[in-house]
Amino acid sequence: MEFTVALLVDVAIIVLFMWGVSQFRSPKKARRGNLTAAFALAAAVAAVMWRNRIVEPGVVVLALLIGSAAGWRVAMRVNMIQIPAMVAFQHGAGGIAAFLVSFIELLKYGGPGISVAKTSGLLGLVIGAATFSGSMIASGKLANVIKQTPRSLPRHALWVAGLVLLIILFSMSATHAEGQRLALFLLALVILSVFLGLIFSLRIGGADMPVLISFLNATAGLAAAFCGVIVGNRLLVACGATVAASGSILTYVMCKAMNRSLLSILTGYQQGLAKHKTLAAPQEKDLRVGAEERSQEDPLARAVAAGKEAKKVIIVPGYGMALAQAQFKVAELANLFESSGKQVKFAIHPVAGRMPGHMNVLLAEADIPYDKLFEMDQVNGDFQEADLALVIGACDVVNPAAISIEGTPISGMPILKVHEAKKVIVCNLDERPGYSGVENPLYRQGNVIMILGEASENLERLIKGLSVG
Amino acid sequence: MDVLLMMLSVFVLSFVVGYLLISRVPPLLHTPLMSMTNAISAVTLLGALLLFDEGMPVSWKLLGAVAIVMAVFNVAGGFVITDRILRLFKKG
Repeated sequence: MEFTVALLVDVAIIVLFMWGVSQFRSPKKARRGNLTAAFALAAAVAAVMWRNRIVEPGVVVLALLIGSAAGWRVAMRVNMIQIPAMVAFQHGAGGIAAFLVSFIELLKYGGPGISVAKTSGLLGLVIGAATFSGSMIASGKLANVIKQTPRSLPRHALWVAGLVLLIILFSMSATHAEGQRLALFLLALVILSVFLGLIFSLRIGGADMPVLISFLNATAGLAAAFCGVIVGNRLLVACGATVAASGSILTYVMCKAMNRSLLSILTGYQQGLAKHKTLAAPQEKDLRVGAEERSQEDPLARAVAAGKEAKKVIIVPGYGMALAQAQFKVAELANLFESSGKQVKFAIHPVAGRMPGHMNVLLAEADIPYDKLFEMDQVNGDFQEADLALVIGACDVVNPAAISIEGTPISGMPILKVHEAKKVIVCNLDERPGYSGVENPLYRQGNVIMILGEASENLERLIKGLSVG
Repeated sequence: MDVLLMMLSVFVLSFVVGYLLISRVPPLLHTPLMSMTNAISAVTLLGALLLFDEGMPVSWKLLGAVAIVMAVFNVAGGFVITDRILRLFKKG
């Protein structure tokens, strides 16, 4: 009887979770979905505390209060450009919890012999610890505390393979140990896993961050699910598995948006990069000459004229816009265009920000309504019809070399087809290539107007020019 | 064995249902999706609570308290941030 009631309660909580997740199909309902999921988690905590006789409830409640107060405070203060760093940091905190719980559960099990529960516990321990250190590095990189460029040890692959081998060996030894020896083995496992997560994350940089953060999302869920098996808690397993599914989907979407395999990103292998670099060097000179010629024609005046003529405008924001905090100026410009009867659309590349969907949040923060934001596949057919494409702080995601030139790091990557628009204005800081290191032939196209420098200042000038007469 | 079979089926079922539901989420909402699932991934909180069962050594409970603080930091922070993000989305 008691068993049936417990099962029903658990099923109800899981259904509530799933319902909350399903609400994320539309922005209007998503908020309710989030609150539902939060309620389901609170219900799960209540159910667990009710069912088990928790000793020292004072300590438990104090710990709950401290953690939630800290989480709340940080969440209220963080701004939208810091969201990826914050989410990565939280993945790390979840990782700590997963490996600590697995650690103690493994000690509790003790005794020799291999079992499914023990194997799961070991997996929860290793994945949790690696997720913790990996997320801390990712968070540091996203917050610009650590350099974004990928760093690797000499013979990096060998280090990773060696660490994985050691982790497997120690895990096998741990299944046969007891008491203090077991605790030591587990401690060694935690240290090895932390080190593995560290060098794994340091290897990945810059534009690959959206993949890394999605991948860590999946591993955090997986660690929770494995931890759930050794604890013997259905709710934990169900929630962990759902998160693992979500993280896997996002990882896949991000990889596809960059046309790279997960393996090549995680191991830092880049096809044909060396070959391309030698090709790019002589082009750089031509580029500068071109820029000087154009600057004599006063690009701003040309841009204002193009802006006044245009009927259909597509705005392409990149991460450079976010770094310059220019999204508010972009919103102002979009309003100005609309008030003079022009059609305005925003084209969002999946990897425009530093985490999946990040650019949408940054634009929403600037009060741009979400029905003006279009995904790459929805909007790419519209560039041919567009009178004007306005690129702000984006390079690789609008680089036509991805289509026309073979053997570059971005070859085959889906791009926004800005080059098909009748006129293009590019508001970038400089003409240097983006993170991929591939020169952008768009900048030399005849119908392209380059306005280089600080994006917010240039947009301000553009707005002034457009509002006069 | 019964328990393990149940755990395995719970895992597979949740993964599949989660996969089907989440593959319908538009890219527009991928950031709030990740920050919400991030909060959910700290359900290890439940495991941490169970460490405060009877007969557990003090040192284990100490680690358990750390795990609770970390997990609940993740839970509260994750849901609050998601709510803040979702409030930004407005229709024109």
